[in-house]
Order: sequence, then structure tokens, then C-alpha cells
Amino acid sequence: MENTPRTPPRKSATFDDSTLAEIRRAASTGIYDIRGAGAKRKLPHFDDLLFLGASISRYPLEGYREKCGTDVVLGTRFAKKPIHLQIPITIAGMSFGSLSANAKEALGRGASAAGTSTTTGDGGMTPEERGQSKYLVYQYLPSRYGMNPDDLRKADAIEVVIGQGAKPGGGGMLLGQKISDRVAAMRCLPKGIDQRSACRHPDWTGPDDLEIKIAELREITNWEKPIYVKIGGARPYYDVALAVKAGADVVVVDGMQGGTAATQEVFIEHVGQPTLACIRPAVRALQELNMHRKVQLIVSGGIRNGADVAKALALGADAVSIGTAALVALGDNDPHYEAEYNALGTTAGAYDDWHEGRDPAGITTQDPELAKRLDPVKAGRRLYNYLKVLTLEAQTIARANGKSHVHNLEPEDLCALTIEAAAMAQVPLAGTDWIPGKTRF
Amino acid sequence: MNELDQSTVGVRGINSTLQTLPANTNEKHWVVKNPKGQHNIAVGLSAPLQVEINGHVGFYCGGMNQHSEITIHGHAGVGTAENMMSGLVWVKGNSSESAGATGNGGLLVIDGDASSRCGISMKGIDIVVGGSVGHMSAFMGQRGNLVVCGDAGDALGDSIYEARLYVKGKVASLGADCIEKEMRAEHLADLERLLKAAGRKEKPTDFKRYGSARKLYNFSVDHADAY
Repeated sequence: MENTPRTPPRKSATFDDSTLAEIRRAASTGIYDIRGAGAKRKLPHFDDLLFLGASISRYPLEGYREKCGTDVVLGTRFAKKPIHLQIPITIAGMSFGSLSANAKEALGRGASAAGTSTTTGDGGMTPEERGQSKYLVYQYLPSRYGMNPDDLRKADAIEVVIGQGAKPGGGGMLLGQKISDRVAAMRCLPKGIDQRSACRHPDWTGPDDLEIKIAELREITNWEKPIYVKIGGARPYYDVALAVKAGADVVVVDGMQGGTAATQEVFIEHVGQPTLACIRPAVRALQELNMHRKVQLIVSGGIRNGADVAKALALGADAVSIGTAALVALGDNDPHYEAEYNALGTTAGAYDDWHEGRDPAGITTQDPELAKRLDPVKAGRRLYNYLKVLTLEAQTIARANGKSHVHNLEPEDLCALTIEAAAMAQVPLAGTDWIPGKTRF
Repeated sequence: MNELDQSTVGVRGINSTLQTLPANTNEKHWVVKNPKGQHNIAVGLSAPLQVEINGHVGFYCGGMNQHSEITIHGHAGVGTAENMMSGLVWVKGNSSESAGATGNGGLLVIDGDASSRCGISMKGIDIVVGGSVGHMSAFMGQRGNLVVCGDAGDALGDSIYEARLYVKGKVASLGADCIEKEMRAEHLADLERLLKAAGRKEKPTDFKRYGSARKLYNFSVDHADAY
């Protein structure tokens, strides 16, 4: 009997360990799981694309001698003062409140040194980030926390936020534990209470109203500022077309890998489209309106390295935006704090309870002791270094494909490793001429 | 008195003229002729002017106002005096939805009726409505006072924070976490001041006060059904 083979214990693929743990957690607490960051599931992404490089049919540029431009001008459609960035990589909107003042300052320092812009978030503009940001994009959000015309006029551009990739159709929530005296004062609310941010703007509905709202913002700022419209990756073809119709200078499309400060896990993982799936429909909308390159397209959500930057540009974006990667460059989830992450029941690389305000790295917190851990000068330098690497990597790839400017990258420089990525990016499956939905295999 | 004819100079001409006047200007009194329901008239003003608009206006008239006193001799569209910081916007007729939305300060007076979402996300503005307001008024109201001399529509003060609501007439229904509250002497004094500023004859003692029960201030699963 002892030698009779036995069926080893077998766990369900459907009810795997994390699914079971979530069921137990839900049953014990009665509340959905809230966390920061973007979608963590494996998704078709830029890694599923490859550049072809150059050989006989295309010839490359010399890495160290031949120039490869990286600058981008945003807001050329209507704004009297478009912004001219040295690199096509911007820092995405993240609020003071969700981030510490030091973290905001570090973002401003790093971005300015690299010749690019940073962006406010829900909660208004702080003197730290205005002072340290050469180019500051001021977000205009449904909550209008901290919104005032003086700050609006201090901004270099205005971003009307309709949605974000982590939660298209969702509002925001800053939990009470992160509401310090200063955050509370900026938002006109009592300290320590949950601050809900509405999912719809309070004084306009639909694209016709948005057009009037954008005109109002232009009137208040003397038609000087570029006006961006930021959308989550819901229906990029239609939403980009409507943003253009409403008068946007720049459209920002944020895919589901884009981060958030705090949202329900179920929302992050199950609503919205991957970044890769959003770009071509957005570009098609612009091309059909004869607005590609006239209304600039910024793509965000899961940009990590120069290859991602180059791929997004090759698919038609004018620039990309980074949030999560910028926080990691500052020091977020650094193994240096592993013992403290363990004490919080997590590990470096997985910490996403940003809403709880106990970040050992001092970034997603309002605790003065934790916030002190982040030196804004040193962290700013790290971000600058990272932005330089992204740029150098994108240039390397562009030169290898024979391009004298990163904006000359094109879909014809790419192939896809999977059928899914080929269909989403509308580039051929590697080794074939097949673009699913476009050409016959 | 200076005149700006919208038919001639357009909205841009009106705004660029009024926005560039210095705070100590002697040219304080302006009249806007032929507004013709245009949007975004007299937005982003920052000098202490008196602006009279002779006719109806579209969306966002008086938006983000600072210090100016703007009188609309007609009806107003959506978002009148949205995000006002200070000063006065007075609508002699009715105003459409989201009047005074997200306003931080100043006084908005609407002699007639306001539509839905009057005072939505108000952050310190005072609003006095001579007539009635529509549904979802003072939704997520954070700070400031909304005085309604007529009736209020459904879901008044839904998800309200610290804004104070005073209604003389009937309230169709209260929104999540909004309750009737005790009217104390300080509230009566506030109300008297606001009614007087708006040129109203109503008696403060005829009003009821509404505000937040503060049960949704920190998420609790036991209150989830209220959302």
C-alpha cells in the first residue's frame, strides 16, 4: 500500500492562492481592497514589440557623431505660448497630498534639469513644485481642490483631467490618514477626513460643454497656455476625436498600467485598456481629423525604459509621460528599506498601499518624519539621471533605425512578437506581413 | 462709465479690457451691451470693478471672479460665478445649473430660480437664491452658505461636508449624509447678514438649516448602503 502512487495536492488555476486570500480578506473586512499603482496583471505591452533596425534597405546613423533630436513643442494649435521641452518624456500628474512636499520638489528639480515638465495633481499647486519646476502643468480636475485663477496664470500649461488609465470613469479618494493640516487647508476641508474627488466635472457635461470650458480657461489666461485634455484608456478613438473637437492643444492618453494614488483593486485591474491598445486608435482619430502632430499626443501608462519611449513615439505619440517609474527613480520601493516593507506586511517592489501614508521611502506620505527621509536635491538628481538614460536609450534605438529625430520613428520600424500585440499596435507579426484585422495572413 | 459692446468687441475684447485694468484703476464702472447669451463673459476679473451686463449671458459668466461686482440684468447659463474667489455676482433673472460651482469666496445672488447642482462642491462661497434650486444642490459642499428662499429639489446636500444650507420652502429630499440641523443664534445671525446683503425681505426664523451628519467622513462598511 505504501508504494501506491497518490495524486499530489493540486491547486486550482481559477482559485489560485491570491484569489483565495482575497476572498478571505473580503469576507473578514467587508470592504474592497484599495491600493495605489496601476494594473499589475500581465498585459500585452511594449515588450511584445521589436524594432527592426537598419541594414541594406535602411541605413543607420552613427551613434556618437550624428545628431538625433529629442525635443518636442507642445501646444502649437491655439496657445500663444507653447512649451518647448528638450526631451519627449514628461512627469505625469501626481498630487501634493498623495505625495510629500519633498517628493514634489524632487520631481520638479529632476524634470527641470532634464528640460521637461512636471504636473500638479488633485489638491492644487504648491510653492515647492512651482519654484522648482521650469515647466509646470496645472491640472484642472473635477474636485477643483486648490483651484484658483492666480495659480492658473502661474502655470505653463493647463491639463483638463477627464480620467486616468488606472480608473477611467472613477473619481479619487485621499484617505483621512494622509490629510495633514497643510493638505486640509489647501483643499478647504477638515483634517483627518476622507476626501472624495468626484468622477465628473461639476460644471460641464459632454464635449459641447467641454469646448466652452476650455474657452473659459483660455479667456482667463489670455489664450497663452497650452491646454491639455487627459483621458483614461477607455475609448481612445472617440475620446481623442472629441477632445480635439472641444479645442484641446494636447491630448494625454493614459493606459491601464498608469498608476493612481488610491483606487479599488477591482477597478485598476478590470476597467480600461492596456496602453498598447490605446495608441493606434488615438493616432487614427488625429490623422482622420488632419490633426496628427498639430494636436500633440502624450501617451502614458507603463513607460519604463527608452525602448518603451521609442515604441510609443514610433506608434505616433509626440511624447510620453511617466509617473510610477519617476517615483521608483526617486526611491520608491527601494530594497534599502526591505525590513520596513516587511514590517508593513509587504516587500520592496510590491508595496502599493500608498494611500495609507506609511511609505518607508518618504514619498507617498504626509508623515513629517518619513517625508524627511527623502532629500529633494539627491532624489531630483536621481530622476534627472533616469530621464537622461531614457532619452539616450530612445536615441540609440532611433539612430539604429536611421532616424535623425526620435519623432521620425514610425510603425514601419516595428514588428510584433505576439498576434495580440500585432493586432493592437497594427504592426506585422515578426517574420510575416500579417497585421491582424488589416492584412491577410 | 465705460461701455463695451459685445457685438463689436466680442467676448475676447470684453475680457481682455476688464482683465488688464489695474487694481487701483479709476475706470471702475463698466457696462456690457448686447451680451446675446455669449459664454465666458467677464471671467477671470481681478480688479474691484462694477460691471453691469445688460442682457442674457451663457455659460460661466463671472467665472473665477476676484474682487469685481458683476450684475447680470438678465438670465444666466450654466456655471455662473464658477470657482469665484471674492467679490459679487448678482443675477437679476434665473440661473442655469451649477451656479456658484466650487466657489471659494464672495457672494452670488440669484433673484430668480437656480437649476440643479447649485453650489456643487462649494468651497467657501455664499449663495443666496430668491427662488428655488434644483436637484443635487450643494452636492459635496465643503464650506460656505447656500440660502434658498424658495424650495429645494431632490438630494439636497448629497455627500455634503461642512457647507451650511438654509431653505425656507420645501425640500423634496435630502441627499446622502445630509440632515436637518439645529438653528442656533450664530446661524440666524449669518442668515440675516446674507439675506440683507442680497436685498431680501425674508425672516431668518422662517428658514430651516441643513448640513452634514458627518457619518461618511471616514469610510465604514456599515454605511456603504448610503453611497
